[in-house]
Amino acid sequence: MQYILIIIAAVFVSNIVLNQFLGICPFIGVSSKVETAIGMTGAVTFVMVIATLVTYLIYYSVLVPLDIVYMRTITFILVIASLVQLVEIILKKISPPLYQALGIFLPLITTNCAVLGVAVLAVQKDFSLLESVFYATGNALGFGLALITFSGIREQLDLLNVPKRLKGVPIAFIVAGLMALAFMGFAGMV
Amino acid sequence: MNQWKNFSKGLLKENAVFVLILGMCPTLGVTTSATNGLGMGLATTFVLIMSNLVVSLVKNLIPDKVRIPAFIVIIAAFVTVVELVMKGYVPALFDALGLFIPLIVVNCVVLGRAEAFASKNTVWSSIVDGAGMGIGFTMALTILGAVRELLGSGAFFGMKLISGDGLLLFILPPGAFLALGYLIVLANMIKEKTS
Repeated sequence: MQYILIIIAAVFVSNIVLNQFLGICPFIGVSSKVETAIGMTGAVTFVMVIATLVTYLIYYSVLVPLDIVYMRTITFILVIASLVQLVEIILKKISPPLYQALGIFLPLITTNCAVLGVAVLAVQKDFSLLESVFYATGNALGFGLALITFSGIREQLDLLNVPKRLKGVPIAFIVAGLMALAFMGFAGMV
Repeated sequence: MNQWKNFSKGLLKENAVFVLILGMCPTLGVTTSATNGLGMGLATTFVLIMSNLVVSLVKNLIPDKVRIPAFIVIIAAFVTVVELVMKGYVPALFDALGLFIPLIVVNCVVLGRAEAFASKNTVWSSIVDGAGMGIGFTMALTILGAVRELLGSGAFFGMKLISGDGLLLFILPPGAFLALGYLIVLANMIKEKTS
């Protein structure tokens, strides 16, 4: 039950994009088409779960015993950067179709703050290993939910007569604000 | 290159937040008050200047293939410095900014300047570029923070100007998106007027 609650809290109550402001760059940058939003979600989910798992293990088996917790930021970003490379190489070898679908998004993920953010939050919140995996999954799903919904709205928005000054990015932010308002309705659910 | 031009482009013409739409996570996440915005901006400016300086110094020593990971390590080192200094001297601000301090590492503005500018230009130009971009970023965050603080709690840099509660919406997440959306419109209008 506690694992289900972690996922619900991460997806709806404290949504990573709309409530915690992580991963805004891809949220604004790759949300003009639903198709690319789905691809990005797949790549982020993949990397986020593996990265959280690996950084969690490194944090508790290397950094804490050696008492070098202040190296957390450097270690985590290096792990994530090399992991993204590794995932890219492995995917290319074992599953070319999946690589075709996710390939272009993978390099963008190194600087996606949602991945580093979730990895840091998972160790800050003192989760157990299994809890942090569920936490990462929930956050990835929350990212996907926000991104795909948002891209659907933006596709429709292209057809509308938006005031000239608001066209493009400004109206996107206003829509995101309204979405964040809607997601606040979930507050207190868990 | 004209150094003043190099410096001033970061302020409005190529402002990281309002024009390039980079570094959105800290921009939206920490700007619940003008003080937080200013603190975050200054921390990022420090990292920007130092990483631009080091990247431009070592640009010829780093093989092309590993340059991005190398830049990230340089940036991460300075972020750790900022983290430790802030924890020691301004613990209240450190707690308020929280997660967003380690996340300076993945701020696209910092890596973007290292890759697009410092790896191709001289040391002095890179420092000026970092300072200009950083101050532009700081200005944007302070303005957004001041707007949200004024509307949300009727205060300016913590000083209460209007009694009462204000519009709580602007302190909450939706207000960040709305305020930034309208500020981008305003910045575009000013940019058109001046050019």
